[in-house]
Amino acid sequence: MVMRGNTSPHARSRTPCVTGEAVGPGAVPITLEVNGILRALPVCPGATLAEVLRDQLQLTGTKIACDRGACSACTVRLNGTPVCSCMVLAIEVNGAKIDTIEGVAGETLHPVQAAFLEHDAIQCGFCTPGLIMSCVALLESTPHPSEEEVKAALGGHLCRCGTYPHVIAAVLHAAQTSKRRP
Amino acid sequence: MSDKIGVRSLPAGIAGVSVGQIERRVGADEAPALAPNARLRCIGQPTARINGHAKVTGQATYTVDVKLPGMLHARILRSPYPHARILALDTGPAECAPGVRAVHVIEHPIGRAIEIDAAPQSGPAGRELRYVGDPIAAIAAITPAAAQAALERIRIEYQPLPFVIDIEAARKADAPRVFDHTVRTEVFGGPATQLPQHGNVHGPDASASRGDAAAGLAGAEVIVEGEFRTQVQTHCCLEPHALVADWRDEGLTVYISTQFTAGIRAELAAALGLPLARVRVVVDAMGGGFGSKSRIGNDVLAAVALSRAALAPVRLVLARDEEQIDSGNRPATVQHIRAGARRDGTLTAVAIEAYGTAGVALGAGVGNFAQSIYDCRDFSLEQSDVFINAGPGCAMRAPGNVPGAFAYEQIIDELAERLALDPLALRERIDSSPVRREERRIGAERFGWSRRQPPGSAPGVHKRGLGMAQSHWPALVHTNCACEVRILRDGSVEVRSSVQDIGTGIGTVLAQVVAEELGLTPGEIVVRIGDTNFPAGPPSYGSRTTASLTPPARNAAYQALRKLLAAIAPTLDTTPEKLTMRNGRINTADGRHSIDFREAARRLSTEQIGAVASRSDDYGGFGRRTGDFAFARNALGGVQFAEVTVDTETGRVRLERVLAVHDCGRPINPRQIESQVHGGILQGISYALFEERILDAHTGHMLNANLEQYRILRSREAPAIEVHVLENYQGNSATDAYGIAEPAIIATAPAIANAVYNAIGVRMRTLPMTPAAVLSALGRLPQRS
Repeated sequence: MVMRGNTSPHARSRTPCVTGEAVGPGAVPITLEVNGILRALPVCPGATLAEVLRDQLQLTGTKIACDRGACSACTVRLNGTPVCSCMVLAIEVNGAKIDTIEGVAGETLHPVQAAFLEHDAIQCGFCTPGLIMSCVALLESTPHPSEEEVKAALGGHLCRCGTYPHVIAAVLHAAQTSKRRP
Repeated sequence: MSDKIGVRSLPAGIAGVSVGQIERRVGADEAPALAPNARLRCIGQPTARINGHAKVTGQATYTVDVKLPGMLHARILRSPYPHARILALDTGPAECAPGVRAVHVIEHPIGRAIEIDAAPQSGPAGRELRYVGDPIAAIAAITPAAAQAALERIRIEYQPLPFVIDIEAARKADAPRVFDHTVRTEVFGGPATQLPQHGNVHGPDASASRGDAAAGLAGAEVIVEGEFRTQVQTHCCLEPHALVADWRDEGLTVYISTQFTAGIRAELAAALGLPLARVRVVVDAMGGGFGSKSRIGNDVLAAVALSRAALAPVRLVLARDEEQIDSGNRPATVQHIRAGARRDGTLTAVAIEAYGTAGVALGAGVGNFAQSIYDCRDFSLEQSDVFINAGPGCAMRAPGNVPGAFAYEQIIDELAERLALDPLALRERIDSSPVRREERRIGAERFGWSRRQPPGSAPGVHKRGLGMAQSHWPALVHTNCACEVRILRDGSVEVRSSVQDIGTGIGTVLAQVVAEELGLTPGEIVVRIGDTNFPAGPPSYGSRTTASLTPPARNAAYQALRKLLAAIAPTLDTTPEKLTMRNGRINTADGRHSIDFREAARRLSTEQIGAVASRSDDYGGFGRRTGDFAFARNALGGVQFAEVTVDTETGRVRLERVLAVHDCGRPINPRQIESQVHGGILQGISYALFEERILDAHTGHMLNANLEQYRILRSREAPAIEVHVLENYQGNSATDAYGIAEPAIIATAPAIANAVYNAIGVRMRTLPMTPAAVLSALGRLPQRS
């Protein structure tokens, strides 16, 4: 039997817009408040928030690993809530407030970041920005979480290097140190 | 360099047990004897990783973050068939698609078994595609979407061929052939003897056999026997395989997520006929490898070819399904083991017949575990590779020894029960390693091994069980390995090596070692790594990075300091040999002058001085040397204890606790070592309970080529883990340090399996131990036909 044609199972063409060459629908202007700064930019209708942050705003701290909401490496905060930015179309969140890993530290590291360093809650570090975004959100909503609450907050994150024990210790430690603050 | 040999007295023994001295003959350029960690300032301290700040703030640059001006984006066209012949291929329509800048057809794919006398094929027509996802062609365009869209315009005529996916079906004489011709045998770390091949079965290799196992078994008083099956596991690095290839007239630069910059450079230079000096390989932050990013693949060669054709940088990042299908995997194995013993526990004979499949590649062996770990005179191991129409396997964290230990440590557990011996007591008889003896003692005490009850005796629905297993891994040293230390005129210090930090923290370790030697702090050392413009360092695989690189790093620091002292001695009206360095200060013998390191550097007449040191042989020599690496005389051990609860109604196995006792020579950074042991254990649990590549028998497609249906351990399944690391001094090198990555995973799955057996009294001989498998073993599920 001879078959003709290409039916690759791996075809994936979610971003139909090609800058400068007319392929697919054009870009749409939106505004985002990213890490406290208002950004106006054109986005392709098919572009995810993760792609726009990385490719158009050069905020490459947000990582894409599975690109379908299974690993949470791309976690950012959307109006305060941790979300997988690979599962959000940028065009859907026009006007939203977005916080990324680049905006977590002020003049000094956030207590969660400092605790990650101190507890070696990092190996290859590719999942780390996403984990930190979820942990920072956890401590804002639940300043003194139990170990089970920390594990639940990390439940959607994949870390292949196996940093979970140190991440959990780091978050519990960060919660304790912030307890001592006025 | 001086050829003079001196005698040094070096620490030897296990800290806390007994540390004495051992005399070694060493070269005069070697740094002086290093005291045990308790007396050091930097080595042995839990120094925070030097790239940690960049990683927690999102500033670390991974290969996927590299952007070059004018950069193009590439995508790969892959086979939709598990086995087919290309009859015709026309790239014309794709070449004139919007945004396309170059098209490359893959005519001679690499990374798989090589047929010895296949007829030479010219052009793409006639090429056989051997698995779903087998790469065919690649396109570079101005966006990833344009490249993807253009792939669909490549016209191909396929002739589908019969295929085989199942390992048992593939072994049959009349099975469809994956390769028509015999493939070239490959053997890790030694010359290959060409093995026979019948149908899809390549082998058996019996080179590890010794004595007469049949006679030994005939004379045994007790024999235990079992067949064990392990699944295909995929690496699942969170950073996908990624590179940016930048071909220019003056040479090729490749930014790549790799475990071995120097190796990639050598492979690329050889493949392209370029001088080594015209190829540069760079990696900054690296998002995990676990064996799968050790060598160049078809993706790398395609991106380079596209860059050369388009005269522009080309970025190629695999999508997650491509990662799962075509970036390597841990091969599946089937092992039939018979072990014979005398009633006193002496192991008299072991016979293992094993076969496994790495898809279209070789390498599905069971490692050196069973042949090395226990005393046994009569031993036979016959192992074969079985080809199936699936993506090629490759090295994955402790290749061979992970499935090997899963089977063998269960047989030993079974033997202990048959002999009415405690599993630890049996190992006292058969394991001559004094290091593991100490590890068992510490582990049993801290774990509370005495709580262990007879198998299956726990009452109730949720049954608790305790189990243990041991690790064994060769201590490898990459001898083609160098490091440079530079002292600059303002007192700053650089350590330079092409070595890459894949997440294990080698940069931090280098800073600690150099700081110790120069009387500085690790924070004062500038670490420049991950670039072949620096002296060629070791790979980050085989648990050999620290063992290979820290001795030359320390020796380079020592030699650079000697040069500094020689340069400044005249300014202190003295001679170099009358200068000593202590706690960061340089003192004259007469005590009249004392200056700090920075002041000494300021007296240099040149901007910098430095030294490059290469890895010298282990002081006691190597066991065996092969190519660019050697086997140390010592091996790496480790013992792990697991506590599980098995829900006998749902079949769910829950890990409650794992305790691990390991050795890696002199530990340099205990916190990073703990992190790596956590990683080994958690990957081991994930392998034991969750992970499995599932191929559709009817189409050859991987059904779970993603990260949600390919199940990996998550935070809620992580047990409490305790890690204890021995300081095991052996007087072998300037640092006496060895590796930890692979020993940390080897014992985990069998420790869990032995704990599950202890809980339910039924042995789990097949991985993964899913709820369905456990219920089935308990006789609570009908057997699937």
